[in-house]
Amino acid sequence: MANILEITGKRTLNYLEYLGSLNIQLWATLRSMGSALPVVGNRHRWRAAVYQMLDIGVNALPMIALLAMCSGFILALQGASELRRFGALRYVIDLVAVGFTRELGPLLTAVAVSGRSGSAFAAEIGTMAVTEEIDALKVMAFEPVEFVLAPKYVAALVAIPCLTIVSNFFGILAGGLFMLFSTHLSLPLYFHYVMTSIALRDVIVGIIKSLAFATIVVQVGCLEGLRVRGGGDAVGRSTTTAVVRSTFLVIVADAVFTAIFYFIGKV
Amino acid sequence: MAIISVRDLVVEYDGRRVLDGLDLDIKQGEIMVLLGGSGSGKSTLLRQILGLSQPKSGSISVKGTDIARCSQAALNKTRRSMGVAFQSGALFNSLSVKENVALNLREHTRLAPTIIDLMVWMKLAVVGLAQFGDLHPQELSGGMKKRAAVARALALDPEILVLDEPSAGLDPVVAGELDELILFLKDALQITALVVTHELASAFRIADRIAMLFDGKLLAVGTKEEIKASQDPRVRKFLDRAADNPVHAPAMAAYLEQYVQVKEQSHE
Repeated sequence: MANILEITGKRTLNYLEYLGSLNIQLWATLRSMGSALPVVGNRHRWRAAVYQMLDIGVNALPMIALLAMCSGFILALQGASELRRFGALRYVIDLVAVGFTRELGPLLTAVAVSGRSGSAFAAEIGTMAVTEEIDALKVMAFEPVEFVLAPKYVAALVAIPCLTIVSNFFGILAGGLFMLFSTHLSLPLYFHYVMTSIALRDVIVGIIKSLAFATIVVQVGCLEGLRVRGGGDAVGRSTTTAVVRSTFLVIVADAVFTAIFYFIGKV
Repeated sequence: MAIISVRDLVVEYDGRRVLDGLDLDIKQGEIMVLLGGSGSGKSTLLRQILGLSQPKSGSISVKGTDIARCSQAALNKTRRSMGVAFQSGALFNSLSVKENVALNLREHTRLAPTIIDLMVWMKLAVVGLAQFGDLHPQELSGGMKKRAAVARALALDPEILVLDEPSAGLDPVVAGELDELILFLKDALQITALVVTHELASAFRIADRIAMLFDGKLLAVGTKEEIKASQDPRVRKFLDRAADNPVHAPAMAAYLEQYVQVKEQSHE
């Protein structure tokens, strides 16, 4: 019995410690983020941030687009099979439009980016820790947080909301294609209905979520990398942990956000 | 006057004492070699002097700054007068050799790009890598990586050069070249050098003074001659390369014979 208590206590403390270091790192990144901004910051950091934007954003475009198309199609199909029984096939449009802008677009994008870039951050920074590059940065009077993390964070804050909008568009487009083939609803008319069913508020909610998810994916990925001790196998494990933890935290955060927006919306 | 002075330094990892009340002074313009076996605490001491980890107690002052207790800004200021070449080189893999050397100059000075190019070329020429500047670290051999790391350490013309195991894993010729390079740098630039090594030949070639580390304590600090003449049994053991547990040949042979017999019997 005492053993179970002991294990539970230790685990809890470990998780609290983890969340604590995540927040400390986030605070440090926010403080040094200015250096990665254009014009006011250091131009080398800004250039690094632009490269990261290409990597996180542009290179992920085909994958995100395809993922969103498939999910949009699935959502439309599943929704239609139920709604058809009530003769409410038209509401598939609302389902897909609102579902994607508020929920699926940000979530899918965050999960895909966590798998693609979160793991890459952990691997890159973990390798730098193992090969003493992080120590080399420190003794060369650079701040690893400013040098490595800040550009990645700035890049993610720009790239992930953009990817979310792309994902929204392709998800909704897939719904339109479904409506075109099943009910011969033309695409321009479909988009007209979409515009009437979503408000600007829905899009903004989605963007706010995607900014939070970007924060989680970058901070977890980088923290896992910085915590690597030992050799190459530790780097491998850190990439797995980065993806698992960031995906988990993204979904938890999504649940919290959705609940908050639900109750705000009611008021 | 001592440019680096370590006073009563105690370092513990998970309750295990790695450095135990260590005192060391390094004078301006000398080459101090830190000699010791694996696990003697050499690397730990080095990390302390570079301010990469915090001591349990004691103080380390580099150019008059207590680096365990000063602000981050003061620590960075002190670090800019130190050039460090890590054991593995620790070159940034995403940058070419040239960019690795240029990084410090580009970020910490306001020199024009053409001047930086020229300085990078000079530093690379000093270590004999002038024509390899465009390669990436993974395209270099082990010895070239170490020399590139020395070039990067020299980028800001540091007052203190710190080298961690510069000759480990290098063939004797390249290791010898690196030793000559360190001596040349000392003569040409009057820099203070702290070299961590366990290679005796290299240590006695370059050192002005040698500090022998054993089990977290300094056994002896002195000139080459003083160390060579030392009568401390632990110093002698290191210098005479006496092994602690020499393999006992007859016992080994008896064991093998017995093993073969058992195997044969089980076959029959």
